Amino acid sequence: MSRKAHSDINWRLLWDLFLTFLRIGAFTIGGGYAMLPLIQKETVEKKQWVGEEEFAEIIGLSQTAPGAIAINSSIYLGFRVAGVPGAIFAVTGMVVPSLVIILTIAIFFERFSTISAVKAIFNGVRPAVMGLILAALFKIGKSVLKNLTSFIIFVVMLLIGAIFDLHPVLIILMAALAGIIFLNDKSKNRSKNGDEEKEAEKA
Amino acid sequence: MTLLLRLFLSFMEIGMFTFGGGYAMLPLIQREIIDVNGWLTMEQFLDIVAVAEMTPGPIAINSATFVGYRVAGVLGSLMATFGVVLPSFIIVLIIAALFKRFKYLASVQAASKGIRSAVVALIALAIWSFGKEVIHVPLHAIIGLVAFALSHFLRWHPLIVLGLAGLTGLLFLG
Repeated sequence: MSRKAHSDINWRLLWDLFLTFLRIGAFTIGGGYAMLPLIQKETVEKKQWVGEEEFAEIIGLSQTAPGAIAINSSIYLGFRVAGVPGAIFAVTGMVVPSLVIILTIAIFFERFSTISAVKAIFNGVRPAVMGLILAALFKIGKSVLKNLTSFIIFVVMLLIGAIFDLHPVLIILMAALAGIIFLNDKSKNRSKNGDEEKEAEKA
Repeated sequence: MTLLLRLFLSFMEIGMFTFGGGYAMLPLIQREIIDVNGWLTMEQFLDIVAVAEMTPGPIAINSATFVGYRVAGVLGSLMATFGVVLPSFIIVLIIAALFKRFKYLASVQAASKGIRSAVVALIALAIWSFGKEVIHVPLHAIIGLVAFALSHFLRWHPLIVLGLAGLTGLLFLG
């Protein structure tokens, strides 16, 4: 029910992919996780490009791979539907609205940011952004730090990061290694872990 | 040209090591864009995050586009956005082509769990260093805490929270 075979390039399907992800990219405010319900509605319910189960799997993978989840899932879905060209059209559709909207804002921002009222607004907004990030941190933390080992890795990385001025990439690599050594539970039930992943990334 | 290339490479690195959503980019952007290259100040970057929160699209893409534009104009925004997407593109395609059930590879799962714990730590550290730059007067701290409470306990939409904060700023922080 998922993969459609394409020997030559199906332009209509590619265009459809582009427009679908353009719509998703243009109408969700608040980042990648806010997009998931819309992506699901468009690709599973309306277009029926993938089934529910495969969609869940794609989201799981999109969270594991590096990068923005919305971008990853658009690449994966595009690939499933129409191969590499499908991936290119889907991700382009996803990126274009952001690019156009942000560029427009950025161009005007240069001019507006010197106005004192705008300065005052951003003086209020900046600490609120910190508050929002803190809220996101709590959400992520609550779902990620579920067992003692995860919590210990968190504390150790926090201390290493606070004491030594290491590049975040180094800390990420150390944590990946720590995960492989201490969190590799092959025997435990895997579907449960899968659910945890989903929970973890709703934050 | 070298600036564009550096922008592209920096964002490629950011895209490659962002695990777990847009906010996980924060520590990387802070290091690459603010500390190492000095392309933006922390305040400028937070303004960008605010705008990214209030506009459609993934925060990672919005930030890359905005930072790219401020550093090197329209071409810069294209390079930064392309850079942040490229690692995802390559890695997701490789995974999609090779492993159908990648999600269940035990060691990948384990590595990803470890990374997530570290991402929580990295975001916490980023909040600490950003906070020191942003909180100047008591009202700043109050706005931050109220925004946290509205988002965390009452689950208000970021748009509304930031809108109210902007209004507060306009009225009391002018």
